[in-house]
Amino acid sequence: MKNEEALFRYAVRMGDNSLVLGHRLSEWCGHGPQLEEDIAQTNIALDLIGQARNYLTYAGEVEGKGRSEDDLAYLRTDREYLNVHLVELHKGDYAYTIARSFLFDAFHLALQQALTTSTDERLKGIAEKAVKEVAYHLRHSSEWLIRFGDGTDESHERAQNALDDLWRYTGELFVPDEAEEVLAKAGVVPHLKDIQAEWSATVDRVLKEATLKRPADGWMASGGKKGVHTEHLGPMLAEMQTLQRTYPGVEW
Amino acid sequence: MRTAEEIQVLLEQVKDPEIPVISIRELGVLREVKVEGDAVEVVITPTYSGCPAMDAMQEDVEQVLRKAGIANFTVKQVLSPAWSTDWISESGRQKLLDYGIAPPPHTSDIRALKGGVPETACPQCGSTDTELVSHFGSTACKALYKCNACKEPFDLFKCL
Repeated sequence: MKNEEALFRYAVRMGDNSLVLGHRLSEWCGHGPQLEEDIAQTNIALDLIGQARNYLTYAGEVEGKGRSEDDLAYLRTDREYLNVHLVELHKGDYAYTIARSFLFDAFHLALQQALTTSTDERLKGIAEKAVKEVAYHLRHSSEWLIRFGDGTDESHERAQNALDDLWRYTGELFVPDEAEEVLAKAGVVPHLKDIQAEWSATVDRVLKEATLKRPADGWMASGGKKGVHTEHLGPMLAEMQTLQRTYPGVEW
Repeated sequence: MRTAEEIQVLLEQVKDPEIPVISIRELGVLREVKVEGDAVEVVITPTYSGCPAMDAMQEDVEQVLRKAGIANFTVKQVLSPAWSTDWISESGRQKLLDYGIAPPPHTSDIRALKGGVPETACPQCGSTDTELVSHFGSTACKALYKCNACKEPFDLFKCL
């Protein structure tokens, strides 16, 4: 794989991770368990979708076929989406949403921090902006996970169940695909095993404070990075893309 | 023909649409004005990746330039170096306070960076007996606080 193709796939992956999780979090808009959380999740969604715009714009430029951020977001099928499974899973109950966000945020912060020293100026610029936002996201999801874990029997049980269910989707975060390997070798992006060490330390620290058990590593799901997704992504994209699919090129 | 400084002053008319008392210059969103012959380049930077006010600010900049009879201009958005709340000017900080928004702690405040909650004075009554309600307030750039002394809620412009 040539560097340019790897860079396109990498920028699409980063954009898709942020876009899909951002869309999932936006599903809490008007449905949050309390007003402050409704507002928090939609603010976080806004950050993520902003990051997605930066990545997909860049991906379109790298590809050089004239595709815009909107073309990439609204006119690709699920098989062309390159996000990890973790971000596309349904929103579940609030413990599930928080646990998923926590597992992703811990990964996302370590990755964005590493990308602030990328040799690629655009990846560096996007990361410099994103890293400070993601630090707030991780703080938010950590605090809520601790509140649930160290809360009532009911909240503890729900948080533990969510972690147990989600754990099998964390392996994929750290297994590089060809694009990630090519770029890591070229020194453009970090090696995922370095990110994994930092993620693991964050997870241990927060789970300890939350009195939650770290699930044992077992079978890990994968496929998202090459466009093979769970049953959750298709319906989400159908909803997200419906306007552009029904009225191609419509603006408002 | 106007100098870069004159155009900077001109662009003080452009306010943050979500905090209409503070100009984009005071906010630090206006990064640079370059003048070459009759060509003007204005460089702005977003506060947050997803800041929904950014496009509105860009349009306002364009409108102000056009009204001033400047035809040959470009407005460029840049991400790097990333905007920081430290770029809000002293007059900007005072205007935030007068508007009822506690200005951000400086990033040099170690408690703000380490995730601790720095002491925040209520913009209404000045008491420091205040409490964080949520890291995310009415917009991405603000956190929600309440004052235990006067019982009023208020926004804090978050340290970034």
